[in-house]
Amino acid sequence: MVSLAATFGRGAMTNHWRDIRHADLILVNGANPAEAHPVGFRWLMRAKLDRGAKIIHADPRFTRTSAVADTYVRIRTGTDVAYFGGLINHVLSNRLYHDDYVRWATNAGFVVKEGYAFQDGMFNGFDREQGVYNTKLWAYETDQDGHARIDPDHPRSVLNLMAAHYRRYDADTVSRITGIPREQFMQVAGLVGEMGRPDKVMTIVYAVGLTHHTTGVQLIRSGAILQLLLGNMGRPGGGMNAERGHANIQGNTDHAISWDILPGYLRIPAPGQKDIKAYLDESASIKQHPRAVNFFGENYRRYLVSLLKSWYGDAATKDNEFAFDYLPKPAANASWISIFDQALRGKMQGVMLSGMTATSIGPDSNQVLQALSNLKWLCVMDPFNTTSSEFWRAPGMDPAKVQTEVFMLPATHWIEKDGSFTNSGRWAQWKEQVLPPEGEARHDHWILAELFLRVRELYQTQGGRFPDPVLKLTMPYRNPRKPELDEIAQEINGRDLRTGKRLATFVDLNDDGTTAAGDWIYTGHYPEEGNLTKRRDGVQDPGRNDPSGMGFYPNWAWSWPANRRILYNRASADENGRPWDPERPGIAWAGGKWVGDVPDYPPTTGPGPDAPLPFIMTGEGVGRLFSNAVADGPFPEHYEPIESPIANPLHPQQSATPVAFMYDERAGRASRFGTPADYPYVATSYRLTEHEHYVTQNVEHLVQLQPEAFVEVPAGLAREKGIETGDLVRVSSRRGKLEVRAVVTKRLGPLQVDGRQVYQIGIPIHWGFVGINTGQHWLANALTPFVGDASARTPEYKAFLVDIEKI
Amino acid sequence: MEVSRRRFLSIGPVGVLGGSALGFDLTESINVKQRLRIEGATLAHSLCPYCAVGCSIIAYTRKAANGRTELLQIEGDPDSPVNEGTLCPKGATSLQLAVSRRRVPQPLYRAPGAAGWTKVSWEFMLDRLARNIKASRDATFVTQDAEGNVVNRCEGIAFAGGAAFSSEEGYLATKLMRGLGLVHLEQQARV
Ligand code: SF4
Repeated sequence: MVSLAATFGRGAMTNHWRDIRHADLILVNGANPAEAHPVGFRWLMRAKLDRGAKIIHADPRFTRTSAVADTYVRIRTGTDVAYFGGLINHVLSNRLYHDDYVRWATNAGFVVKEGYAFQDGMFNGFDREQGVYNTKLWAYETDQDGHARIDPDHPRSVLNLMAAHYRRYDADTVSRITGIPREQFMQVAGLVGEMGRPDKVMTIVYAVGLTHHTTGVQLIRSGAILQLLLGNMGRPGGGMNAERGHANIQGNTDHAISWDILPGYLRIPAPGQKDIKAYLDESASIKQHPRAVNFFGENYRRYLVSLLKSWYGDAATKDNEFAFDYLPKPAANASWISIFDQALRGKMQGVMLSGMTATSIGPDSNQVLQALSNLKWLCVMDPFNTTSSEFWRAPGMDPAKVQTEVFMLPATHWIEKDGSFTNSGRWAQWKEQVLPPEGEARHDHWILAELFLRVRELYQTQGGRFPDPVLKLTMPYRNPRKPELDEIAQEINGRDLRTGKRLATFVDLNDDGTTAAGDWIYTGHYPEEGNLTKRRDGVQDPGRNDPSGMGFYPNWAWSWPANRRILYNRASADENGRPWDPERPGIAWAGGKWVGDVPDYPPTTGPGPDAPLPFIMTGEGVGRLFSNAVADGPFPEHYEPIESPIANPLHPQQSATPVAFMYDERAGRASRFGTPADYPYVATSYRLTEHEHYVTQNVEHLVQLQPEAFVEVPAGLAREKGIETGDLVRVSSRRGKLEVRAVVTKRLGPLQVDGRQVYQIGIPIHWGFVGINTGQHWLANALTPFVGDASARTPEYKAFLVDIEKI
Repeated sequence: MEVSRRRFLSIGPVGVLGGSALGFDLTESINVKQRLRIEGATLAHSLCPYCAVGCSIIAYTRKAANGRTELLQIEGDPDSPVNEGTLCPKGATSLQLAVSRRRVPQPLYRAPGAAGWTKVSWEFMLDRLARNIKASRDATFVTQDAEGNVVNRCEGIAFAGGAAFSSEEGYLATKLMRGLGLVHLEQQARV
C-alpha cells in the first residue's frame, strides 16, 4: 500500500465494496474478482446491471471476470504501467482531465526543483554503489516559509513534466510493450477519456496482480495518477480499490504486523533518530502549502506518544522521551524475503509462523526450505499441519540432515474466538465466539501472551541483554496470560489517563502523556457507549439504516478513520462544497455543515477559495501526481520484470528497474535467474475460486471441487509441444519444477509483443505436500523468483520465465 | 437467540446448492429441511475467514447431550450491506474448516535431526520455546550499532502471520514482538 500512501496520504482501499455499484466505468487490472472475490464482485455486476456501467478487464488470462466484462483486454503480465501510461497520455494530450479538480486537488501546478531529470530509463539521483535513488532530490521549489512554488505554466510544473514523461506512451508503444492491439487500446482510451467529466465517475479495482511485481508500487501509482487526473478520487463510485486477499490483512496491517510501521501507519524509527524530535523530522510530513491541513504530520507526535503510553505505561515519561529508546530501530529492510535471506546468511535463529506457511508462500520454495533448515528453531501455530511445520520431511529433504528444532502448537480457528476483522473496505466488523476451542487447541494470542510472560520471568530471574522493554511492557489485562479481545479492543481505542474514560475521537489524543491509544486510527471505535464494530443496522431496513441512500450504512459495524466510508471525500465536492455529481454525492456543504458521509475534512470548516485544501493527509494538501515517497521514481515508468522475454522497448539498456533488491547477488549467492534462451515462456501465478491459498487443502468439499494441481497452457503452444489436456507436463524455471497435468486453453493468448509472439502459462498456486490429497505435492512457488521491488520488497510472483515439456 | 420471522424467511438455499438442475423446484423441501436442522439452535454472528470481502455469516449451534457444542450450519447473513446473505463456495463450506478431523490434536515436537514428531505437553513446549526465545534474543540483540546509535533491536528472531487473526490479536502480537525488540515482522499483505 506504499503507492496509495505516497499519492494520497493513506494506504488503503479508498471506497468500499458496496460503493462500486455507483461507478460508470470499472477498470479491473491485476485482479479476477469474479473468482477471487466472488461476493465483492456482485457490486461490479450491480453497477453493470443497474446503471449500465462498463467493465474493462485487462488481464493475461480470460477469466470469469472477463466473461462478463464489456471489454476483455489481453495484456502481458506486469506491463500495466504502460497500459495506464498510455491512458494518462491520452487524457493529458487531449486535455480530457477534470481541469477544475486537477487545479484544486492535485499538485499539477507545483514547480519541481531544478535538477529533476529522466533519461535513458533513469531518474536523477541514482547512487550506483548502493543501488538506490536519493529521493530527497525529487522535491519542489520552495519559498522562505518552506511552501512549494505554484505555477502551472512553469516548464518544470508537475503537469508539464508529466506531459513530457508520458508523451512516450503513445498507442503504438503501448501496444508494442503490452501486446494489446492498437485499435483495442484506442477504444479503451476513448471510454476512459470520458470519465474526466464531473457527471461521470470511474473506479479502478485491483489486487495482487498489480502488487506482485518488482514494479508493483508504480503499477498501482499509475492507476492512482489516472484517477487524480480524471477527478475520480474521493467520489462515490470512484477511487482506487485494492481487493485484499485474506480475511484480516487490512486489520493486521493497520495494527502493524509489518516491519516498517507501528500501529496506525507511524513509521518505525530508524537508527540515528536519538529522540522523538529527530524521529518526527524524518517521519512526519511537512506543511508545503499555506492551506494544507497536513493532519497526519501535525499530529504525528500525539499518536506516537499515546502509543508509547499504551505500551510502556508509567515507564514512559516526559523525562525519558516516553521510552522512545525501547522501540527497536531496524538497520535494513526486514520484510518477508529478508527474513529468509537472513536465515540463508545464517543470521536468523528462530522463526514464529502463525496461519502462514513459508514453504508454500515462497517465493522460491526450494530456497525457503534451505532457509528453514538453517534455523535453530521454528515455531508453527496453526490448527492444521502446514508445509512449514512439515518442511523437514518435504519431498527431497533428508530429516536427519535438518537440525532445526520444530514446535507445532495447535491453535484455534477464527470461529472459536471473538474479535474483529477489518475487510478490504476498512469496515471493522466484530464476530462472536461461536464454538469453544477444540481439544487442546489454544488461542494464538494466549500462546503469545504466555510465551512473553515466561520470557519476562526468565529475564527477572536470570537477567540478560537489555531487559527493560521486556520487563516494562504493559499487560493490563484481568488475566495477563489470557487477555480478552474485548480488553485489547479498548486498549487500541485508547483513553484519557486523567479521567480513565475511553476516547470518542483521535482529535482528543495528546502528546504530553495524558492519553494512551494503541492505534490512533481506531480511536473512536470503542467509545464509552460501547464497541461500535458490533453494530448491525444493515439492509434489513434501508430506509432507516442508509439515510443518504448512498449505501454508507453508517451504523453497520465501524470503519476507520472516524467511521468514514469513503476516504478523501472532501474531493467529491467542488471548491465551494457542491458535489461534482449531485446524483452521487459523497459529502455536501448544506446549511452550515457537511452532510452525507463523515467528512474527510475539519468537520466545522466550510468550503471556499480560502478554505483548507481537500487532501488533509498530505503536506501539500492535494493528491500527488508527482511523489517522492516511493523509492523507484517520482513518476511511474515501465520496466520489464527481472525475468522477461524481451528487452524494454523504451530503454533496452535499462530494461528492468535499477532499484529492485537482488537478494542473492547482494549476499554473494549464485544467481537463480533464468534467461529467455533457456526459459522462453512467461508464467504467472494465481488463485482459483475454490481455494484460498493453502489452508483449504484441509476442506473436503473444496478439495473435491478442485482436487488436483494443474497448469494452464495456451492452445497454440500446446500444439507446438504436442500437449493435450490431461497430459502430464514438466514446468521448470531456473529455481525448480512442477510435474502436473496440463489444461489446454484458448484463454491465455498468445500475444504479439515487440514484434514477436509471446506465450503465457498460468499456474494456480494451491497445492503442496500437506493436505487431504497428498499426491499433489508440487509447490507452485518452487518456480517464482527471490526478488522484490524497491519500496515494499513485494516478490515478483506474477511474472517470471519458465520452460514446459510433455513428460 | 430467537430466529425472527423476517430472518427465517430470508433463509433460502444459499451457497453452492442454490438453483436446481433437476428440472423441478427443491426450494420448499430445502426450506423445511433447513428449519428442522436449525430448530431450537443458538444463532451467532461471525465472518467468513477467507478473503477480505468480509462476508457476514450466521452460525447455528446446539449443545449436544454430552455437553459439546455442535456447529449445525453456516450461512450468509441477509442483513449485511456487504454480502446480503450470499456466500461463495469457500464461505459456504467454512463449516468444514471449523470442524475437522484434520486438526492437530495436541502439541507436537520435532527434535533436531529426528524423523518424526513426538507428542508432548503444552508445558514442555511453552517452557522450551520461552528459553529458545530468550537465548536467541540474548545472542542476537544489538543495543548500539557501529555508528554508536542506540538501536535496541533483536535481529535473530522473526514473527510472521496473522491473516486470520482477529485485529485485537494482531495488535497484541505487534506489541509483544516489538516489546521483545523484533525488527523482522511480517504478515500476508505483501506475499
Ligand atoms: S464468502 Fe467468499 S467472497 Fe465472501 S468473504 Fe468468504 S471467501 Fe470472500
